[in-house]
Amino acid sequence: MTVTQAGAATVWDELAARVAAGDRFAGLSGARPAGGPLVLSAHLATAGGIDTLEVPLPPGAASYPALTPRLGAAFWYERVIHDRFGVVPDGHPRLAPLIRPGPPEDYALPRHVTGYGIFTIPHGPVRSGVMEAIEYLVETPGEAIPHLNMRVFYKHRGVIERFAGMTQADGVLLAERAEGIASVAHALAFCHAVEQVAGCQPPPAAGLVRVLHAELERIASHLDVAVRLADAAGLAVATARFALHKERVQRLVSALCGSRFGRGVVVPGGVATLPLLPPARIRAEAGRLRTAITADAGALMGTSSFLDRLRGTGPLTPARARQHGALGPVGRASGYADDARIARPYDGYWSLAVAQAPVHAAGDALARLRVRWEEVDQAFGLIRQAAEELAERAGDPARLPCEPVRGRAAGWAEAPQGEVLYDVELAGGRIARCQPRSASFHNLVLMHEVFSGDILTDFPFIEASFGLSVAGVAL
Amino acid sequence: MSIWVLRGLRDGVVTTRWPGRPDSYADGWRGPARALGPTDAIDPGLCPTGAISAQGIDQGRCILCGRCVAERPGLFAWSQGAAGPVTAGLCRDALVVPEPPETDEAVEAARARLRARTAALRRSVHIRHVDAGSDGSEEWEIQALLGPVYDIGRLGVFFTASPRHADVLLVTGAGARGMSGALRTTYDGMPDPKVVIAVGTDAVSGGLLSESEAVTGGVAATVPVDVWLPGSPPSPFGILNALLIAVGQL
Repeated sequence: MTVTQAGAATVWDELAARVAAGDRFAGLSGARPAGGPLVLSAHLATAGGIDTLEVPLPPGAASYPALTPRLGAAFWYERVIHDRFGVVPDGHPRLAPLIRPGPPEDYALPRHVTGYGIFTIPHGPVRSGVMEAIEYLVETPGEAIPHLNMRVFYKHRGVIERFAGMTQADGVLLAERAEGIASVAHALAFCHAVEQVAGCQPPPAAGLVRVLHAELERIASHLDVAVRLADAAGLAVATARFALHKERVQRLVSALCGSRFGRGVVVPGGVATLPLLPPARIRAEAGRLRTAITADAGALMGTSSFLDRLRGTGPLTPARARQHGALGPVGRASGYADDARIARPYDGYWSLAVAQAPVHAAGDALARLRVRWEEVDQAFGLIRQAAEELAERAGDPARLPCEPVRGRAAGWAEAPQGEVLYDVELAGGRIARCQPRSASFHNLVLMHEVFSGDILTDFPFIEASFGLSVAGVAL
Repeated sequence: MSIWVLRGLRDGVVTTRWPGRPDSYADGWRGPARALGPTDAIDPGLCPTGAISAQGIDQGRCILCGRCVAERPGLFAWSQGAAGPVTAGLCRDALVVPEPPETDEAVEAARARLRARTAALRRSVHIRHVDAGSDGSEEWEIQALLGPVYDIGRLGVFFTASPRHADVLLVTGAGARGMSGALRTTYDGMPDPKVVIAVGTDAVSGGLLSESEAVTGGVAATVPVDVWLPGSPPSPFGILNALLIAVGQL
């Protein structure tokens, strides 16, 4: 991990210059190493890895010059720093609580849009349907949505604080539960960081098993988005069909490892055990699923009443996607592709052929769904390749010893929602600091900006098309 | 649109016939760990959530990581089957296996009280779900009940948006303090008789997230729980089983 330290002004200048030159802003977080003064760590995703730039604040500092005015993508990150440490970023546009519920008087929000007949619909945190807890405050004259506000703090669980002091083996279990629908990706990112510290390279067979689970997770997650979109459009049969496919994918995952979410598979140094099904069986099952899913996806993308609801809905412009560094399918649907599997490969992705993810420029809900179908198809291709290679590697060990004592590293993995990034520091064989950053956190803030011209009935489509999990946001 | 009519017929009936008939997926499900012998000589540090003590295993704390099964295979094993009285408890102590002898009576008493309360609910049950700090996976498994495979509508069970129409409250998550108010308001808004199910190890005990500034370590601190369902997350069959226990159909 390349870490450079400097004063805030110098580091912010460098960040802004490097982002303008093509690097991607990947996160900003704070920590108090050994209980000392606060140190801010900014992460930049480059062509080959993650660079970390640090700003140590003077002891007792109550504020620092905000990064957000220079780099808008830091908006939510600096609010989290304010929530967790009480340090004020000077010049930040709005320091309302983001992940920590504050006293009730802090809950009152001024309306952004004023005018005749404008009112606010508070939607959440208990919403209709089976949803995660989040509150949307929709400012509307009745149909259009000139402004949307979000409160994500309701389900804050203190995950970051919980990591401190855990053993590495326990840390993986918590990482799996940081964002439950991306368990494998979070476990991978955590383990990659630990392995980086140890200088440990997992055995090739383990790398292939990791790919199998990561790609099955991607397929299940994208199918979930398809279920929610079809449900929003009232297509009862399509909803049932994709729910059936998703159930079958989850059952395949549970046949491989006993958990429907691939939990307990990824461990530092490799995988806990090899799949319970032989590779040929995995190939055959995945092949059957692929045929069935492709046919239904084709039918969905040929249903004009459905496409009409998605076309032009919730557009994110390519310029904004690039500026923010939008991750995963949201970025790729708006012409911005930074896929960790290609740009910073890990595990089996080194040897498997991951094609450059297709890029669309429309940026609407339809483009996001198209990207997801292409990713599903690609994932099935990767599963087939990985299963074939795995068959040739019978006899490989599943894991190598990997128990580093001290050090710090960044680890990453491409979750269904986009890149997950972990900044892990170990001391005395335990976790001194673990800062997860989910793709959901990075992308959700963009939902503020995509309602131009859309109306209340478009809301479920836009929310579903982002495909994010609140658990990974409020941590 | 006619294309969807044909597609709907494509796979025939995919819905499980459980609970009327056995289901192999439910029976083969890997549940929380159980002890095969005395556990008093076990290092409590073996379990990441401290579920193992001299009394046995508290399945309400088990997050199914499998560490005890892998490291002491002679002494610990997975429990089998997603649906059955062992997988959902009518009182918190009953999740500690082997149970202390006095819990048998407590369970029977709890069952009798629940039956008396829910006698009116048997044939048409409406559910409200509240997320009190879940990791997101429990929502997927509850959502699966609405899909064609589990299809809870066939059992007369439906989801409702309004707590005013709900008989059963499904609560997921470790009990985020930010959700305490909303959870309590939802519970208070439900008419009597009402039943609360804690879905998942997080909701039962907090799981890896023990009581802290952010969570209450289980939802029982906020609402009275009637049925305790461990699992990380529990399988859809487990949730279905807990629902049927809650309304006295099992």
